[in-house]
Amino acid sequence: MPLSTQSQSQDEQYVLVANLDNARNLSNILKAITCKDHAVFTATANGLKVTVEDCKCMQANAFIQADIFQEYTLKEDMVIFQINLTVLLDCLNIFGGSTAAGASTALRMCYMGHGHPLTLFLEEGGVVTVCKINTQEPEDPIDFEFSSSNVTNKVILQSESLKEAFSELDMTSEVLQITMSPSQPYFRLSTFGNSGNAHYDYSKDSDMMELFQCNKTQTNRYKMSLLKPSTKALAISCKVSVRTDSRGLLSLQYLVRNDNGQICFVEYFCCPDEEVEEE
Amino acid sequence: MQCVVTGGNVKVLGKAIHSLSRIGDELYVEPQEDGLALRSVNSSRSAYACFLFAPLFFSRYSIPTGLNFRCKMAIKSVQSVFKSLPTLEKTVEKCHIGLNEQKDRLTFTLHCKHGLLKTHNLSYQDSESLEAVFDKNSCANVFKAQPRVLVDTVVHFPSSLEEVTVTVSDERMWVRNHVEDEAERSKAMLTELCLAADEFDHFAVKAHYSITFCLKEFRGLLLFAESTGLPVSMYFDEPGSPVVLSVTDSVLEGNFVLATLSDDRDLQKSNKGGDADQSHPPDDFMNDDMDAYLIAMDTSAAPGPSTADLPPPSLATSRKPPAPNYRTRTHSDEEEDDDDPERPPDKKFRSLFFGSVLPPSSQMNTQPLPTQEVLASDSEDEAEAE
Repeated sequence: MPLSTQSQSQDEQYVLVANLDNARNLSNILKAITCKDHAVFTATANGLKVTVEDCKCMQANAFIQADIFQEYTLKEDMVIFQINLTVLLDCLNIFGGSTAAGASTALRMCYMGHGHPLTLFLEEGGVVTVCKINTQEPEDPIDFEFSSSNVTNKVILQSESLKEAFSELDMTSEVLQITMSPSQPYFRLSTFGNSGNAHYDYSKDSDMMELFQCNKTQTNRYKMSLLKPSTKALAISCKVSVRTDSRGLLSLQYLVRNDNGQICFVEYFCCPDEEVEEE
Repeated sequence: MQCVVTGGNVKVLGKAIHSLSRIGDELYVEPQEDGLALRSVNSSRSAYACFLFAPLFFSRYSIPTGLNFRCKMAIKSVQSVFKSLPTLEKTVEKCHIGLNEQKDRLTFTLHCKHGLLKTHNLSYQDSESLEAVFDKNSCANVFKAQPRVLVDTVVHFPSSLEEVTVTVSDERMWVRNHVEDEAERSKAMLTELCLAADEFDHFAVKAHYSITFCLKEFRGLLLFAESTGLPVSMYFDEPGSPVVLSVTDSVLEGNFVLATLSDDRDLQKSNKGGDADQSHPPDDFMNDDMDAYLIAMDTSAAPGPSTADLPPPSLATSRKPPAPNYRTRTHSDEEEDDDDPERPPDKKFRSLFFGSVLPPSSQMNTQPLPTQEVLASDSEDEAEAE
């Protein structure tokens, strides 16, 4: 593989080196969180976390574990930088991003540390491209302090049925209202648009419902514009977990299987619009 | 009011709504004793469509006796309930339609597989009744064909084509694109298809008329007919009189009433029986002699029956505003007499005859009304009595 002819000495300068035989295993998951230009990359021993934020009330994270990579070397405890996500995706797809069988782009991602650009070596069919993308000073991602111990309601649904609902949502509605309750209607998505309102109810006994743990009736509204990007993550996922905490903060976790069948996660956090009294 | 539609009929209902959306922007809903009527009309009142679903179409159809309810709503909102037809077919088990008069909401509840319930509460406005007056049975020419025949015919015309002209003789029907200007006629591509009587399930011609009507609205009906496989019946009279397209089965009836271009000279020349033959060249089709036909196309200035019925240049130039012989009860809220400038061809169509709110006579019984008072008449002509 041409990439491995990289000299060893140069390697020693990098604080982060990550290799992937198939760059799509990274680009597909990054596409699912692309709603803003810039993303913060956080690399730890566990793997790579890519964070995108909007308006300080929505955050999307993509997690690619270390074992997804064919090689993952980290010389520091934590490496953080900010980068233009759109440019990064363009580079990852530089060979056209076709899904033809057999044609896959190999990726070697290298970072020398603070102030240096992110270097990408991409190879397909013997052709090598080198991309250097400038990095920026990372903004601190918001810590929503969503803790598993503070979860009020949780459901896990198969993505298939939720995809159908999201594709039909009335986009003239400014908000998406989510009701979770131990009693009817159990799990409900509501919109309030120009022609009237619409409700999508999932019964707790539905065979699409893999887990149903609702302790208290909660109804929260979220801005449709903030949640719309999450449909990209929904599209590539097979399962989704929907959780709310006592503040009404929404956590959507998507289980994504990549081309190799390995599991990655995408997570969306969204702040509620306002408190809503039970109808 | 409680109506429940189950199984495959949900898709049929959805298809009907999508078809109606090709006519107008609003859906008129009227639950009647003889079934649920869904209607639409276009802004220039030159196209009207109605689907009547009999009580047997529903697995449950109960309307309170003496319910006198009519409403209209934006058709886009109802379309969004039946958004994806393939999904409807696969996942919807039943559709419940209910009325909440206190909140002015018509509720569509779709019970889907996997325990998913979709509820749409749509707002509506009260409206007057909307009915076009027409009598299929008095039309001179009656045809019936499988939808495939007609779909295969219109597919040859570009989707941008506004109007088509249908001409009939004793044995054949010609369909061609209608070109407005005489000037354009020499530059435009003219497409003409000929259908023989044996391609139809029923072909009865009493008069060799040639009518021109809007293709887009015709396609709306074909959309429905093709997906349900129901044969399409076509009824028409002289130009200027509306053409009626119908699909029926035991539990539903759909009628599309489209205005046709009226031309006074055509009326004068209108062919009744014998005369028509003289205006057609020797009919090469009788022998299915394609070569002879092709030659005829090349050498004659007026190939085949295409221009035989049309008076020379005058058709394009002598177009008058719709003859005053129309009666309209201005009962609808949004009665628009202004022509929509974005749809020029409609200006030339005569408005359809609209009846007032009729006693609960059903849609199925389309007898013409006795004399109606004329509310608007052109001072130049005398109003004709019906």
